[in-house]
Amino acid sequence: MSTDDRPIGEDDLVAAVDGRLSAERARLLDARIAEDPALGERIAAERRDREALRDRLAPIAEEPIPSRLRIAHLVEERRRAQRTRFGAIAAALLVFAAGAASGAIAMRALPSGSAPADMVAARPAVVLPTVVAEDASAAHRLFVAEVVHPVEVDAGHETHLLGWLSKRLGHPIVAPDLGRFGLKLIGGRLLPAGEGAAAQLMYEDDAGARLTVWVQATPGGETTAFRYRQDGGAGTFAWIDRGWGFAVTASMKRDGLLPIAEAIWRGFEGEKPREG
Amino acid sequence: MSRNDAAAVLEPLIPALRRYARALVGDADAADDLVQDCLERALSRWWLRRAGDDPKPWLFTILRNLHIDRIRQTRRRGVAVEIDETNEPATTAEQDHGLGVRDALAALDLLPEEQKASILLVGVEDLSYEEAARVLDVPVGTLMSRLSRGRQRLRALIDGGRAPMLRRVK
Repeated sequence: MSTDDRPIGEDDLVAAVDGRLSAERARLLDARIAEDPALGERIAAERRDREALRDRLAPIAEEPIPSRLRIAHLVEERRRAQRTRFGAIAAALLVFAAGAASGAIAMRALPSGSAPADMVAARPAVVLPTVVAEDASAAHRLFVAEVVHPVEVDAGHETHLLGWLSKRLGHPIVAPDLGRFGLKLIGGRLLPAGEGAAAQLMYEDDAGARLTVWVQATPGGETTAFRYRQDGGAGTFAWIDRGWGFAVTASMKRDGLLPIAEAIWRGFEGEKPREG
Repeated sequence: MSRNDAAAVLEPLIPALRRYARALVGDADAADDLVQDCLERALSRWWLRRAGDDPKPWLFTILRNLHIDRIRQTRRRGVAVEIDETNEPATTAEQDHGLGVRDALAALDLLPEEQKASILLVGVEDLSYEEAARVLDVPVGTLMSRLSRGRQRLRALIDGGRAPMLRRVK
């Protein structure tokens, strides 16, 4: 600013609302307002709006910080993820719940050195669980409504389906057995996700209600807790576990979906899901 | 990274980040998800932070970028989320019900994304104009004009030609 007696402009009015006007500019503004009282009214009104907004939002900043946002907690999560990452060979495995026909594929999964742990260590975090949830939810909404082609490959060709999806994802996947929730695998498809691919497995119950499970590589993705999102009637739980993003989506309430998400998550941990 | 160091710097800023996120996305859980993602990212880049950098605009920048990424991803999918400044809301649900836009927050929600963020960063989070412009990655002049237009539009929305129905907070 070359000279400070340039005419009052929008910048000055903005600064006046924020109470950030220099004394010199404030005097000039006062002179302008004397000629044009509407200007003063506008500033006063915008100040009131500003205060109203601050008042409305102030209580949020006064809420206690949820424990999941505590830095100590987040740091501990990072350490735990790192320990897990470097700890076990098994940690590198993408193995769903002991589903049918898992043996052959899982065995193929074991070559040392092809573990996603390598990618995890080398690349920066890019994919967030919330993004996984959004992608999975969008894909779910798109394909559950499909009558003619809900899946690319149907469950009648399960071995082919899983072999194909495994190959495209660069990692073996095994369809989790959700029989105890009354859900039967009807097939799956391959979809774009971020810079890579995602596999979507679709399940159906006797009433025709559909649930989808989503898996994608999330190189560098930190291991996270479950995230929940709701899009219309469809609920999604998503999480990232050792470089892999997972999501489960269905037209269910949060409470109904959670046990299914936990079963899939436990399956991924390599433990046998409890028999229902 | 020193854990205590990170906690000492980041924790005092969490209330403001939560407030900003809540105002941006509305839903409390989704807002805290955004804050969590922001903090996780800040921790993963902690060592990249230059000594002497003010952490506040840095964190708001991270949060803002995460938020914009999501909006863009939603847009790519074809869901109508308009962040263009020309997006002029014609009527609002509240107006349809004949109530007028009763409070400032509801009115803010009707503004284009960029005006909304500008108003929040400056008017609520008390960032300087220079800091807010950096967070939003625009020249200061652009920020000022967004503030100016955004506040006038906010005013118009709150008034909505229904001044008598207005409920003043103070």
